[in-house]
Amino acid sequence: MSSFSALLARDLRLAVRQGGALGTALGFYMLVVTLLPLGLGADLNLLSRIAPGVLWIALLLSALLSLPRIFASDYEDGSLDILATGPLPLELVVGAKALAHWISTGIPLALMAPVLGLLLNLELAAYPLLIATMLIGTPAVSFIGAVGAALTLRSHRGGLLIALLILPLYVPTLVFGIAAIGALGGVVAPFLILTAISLMAVVLGSLAAAAALRIQMQ
Amino acid sequence: MQSVTQRLANPTRFMELSGRLLPWVSGAAALIIGYGLYLSFFVAPPDYQQGETVRIMFIHVPCAWLAMWGYGLIAISAFGLLVFRHPLADVSAKAAAPLGAAFTFLALVTGSLWGRPTWGTYWVWDARLTSVLILFFLYLGLIALRSSIEDETVASKLTAVLALVGIVMLPIIKFSVEWGNTLHQPSSVLKIGGPTIDPSILTPLLVMALGFTVLFIAMHLKAMRNEILRRRVKALQLAEVERVQAGHLAAAE
Repeated sequence: MSSFSALLARDLRLAVRQGGALGTALGFYMLVVTLLPLGLGADLNLLSRIAPGVLWIALLLSALLSLPRIFASDYEDGSLDILATGPLPLELVVGAKALAHWISTGIPLALMAPVLGLLLNLELAAYPLLIATMLIGTPAVSFIGAVGAALTLRSHRGGLLIALLILPLYVPTLVFGIAAIGALGGVVAPFLILTAISLMAVVLGSLAAAAALRIQMQ
Repeated sequence: MQSVTQRLANPTRFMELSGRLLPWVSGAAALIIGYGLYLSFFVAPPDYQQGETVRIMFIHVPCAWLAMWGYGLIAISAFGLLVFRHPLADVSAKAAAPLGAAFTFLALVTGSLWGRPTWGTYWVWDARLTSVLILFFLYLGLIALRSSIEDETVASKLTAVLALVGIVMLPIIKFSVEWGNTLHQPSSVLKIGGPTIDPSILTPLLVMALGFTVLFIAMHLKAMRNEILRRRVKALQLAEVERVQAGHLAAAE
């Protein structure tokens, strides 16, 4: 367990010191949410109806920006080879890195969402649900994204390709994330299904991303 | 003694066998589709609600079935590559991806054309259309990933991983899209094809589905043969380059 925490701590420290990626993702999130009322018109009723959808979609797009960083810098300087041959199984290495991504990027984005909800006139009752849903759903974003990052490690047009590969896989997270916000204390099912999707993504995403990394590091 | 799969796995034997089978399979596809088209246009009665436009169904539904089975074939090939290291598994997956994508595209287009006269709109975001559209994106992702990596071995295995991730996610995506649809139920409930399928419409449909499946098999076999030949040409070119280089080195001494 100590190797896992050591790797997690290292990745978090690197993320904090490198700083830029999180700022870019948050800035992008803000910009996309700003563009939408400009494009759709400032009708507050309309905005409050589409607010959950807008917040989720913009979050997914912002997360896409930061995904290549999960493995790219370690792959380039050879640390990934050392990690792969080390005591920690590659699946747990991937797990630690994706978890670090969630803590350093996913959670900040999720906490930014209610702030942006103010811009979109999100109804007051939905705020607690919004925060809870985003926090529960962003692990799926990080871990499914890690699969995409692993698959596109050596590709040229990595950034665009990752979007094409990962966005279809984000559909369940998106659908149930929005449904969970809309449930407003009534139906609990979408929230539970979202949790299930996140948990599943943690396990299967780690397995798939590790398989993809192993193929490319031979 | 080799088992049947082991004997068939040899690319040379596959080329022999598929070369002999292909004319028969193509011929069978042409005949069955021809018969199916005859049934669809001259024997099946027009629908009491939709009139003659129901005949698009005889092309649209087989395309949609092939779209789904095509992805299943890619997933099985991916499994065969990663788990059994079957020599032909990657050839099969690479050949099937553009075919499956084409049939998915056809399903979307024919469905859209069918939707215009019957529903009044070219597109609607109901569960089935959305799932097929996402399936189309999954196919495109496979093709894009493979074309972005030069090393063929790495490309084949990574595409296989993506195909298996896709097949695991596909039921979840379908479930989530259907679920999302029941929440935002549109004002009118859309019904395709009516409440029950009469045998006079079911028979042409099954014949066309069979014909399209045989057609897919024929095209898949042909595409696999092309891919095997392409790889042989590439291997020969590489061998030639090495021979020339070795010749240069020998001459330089």
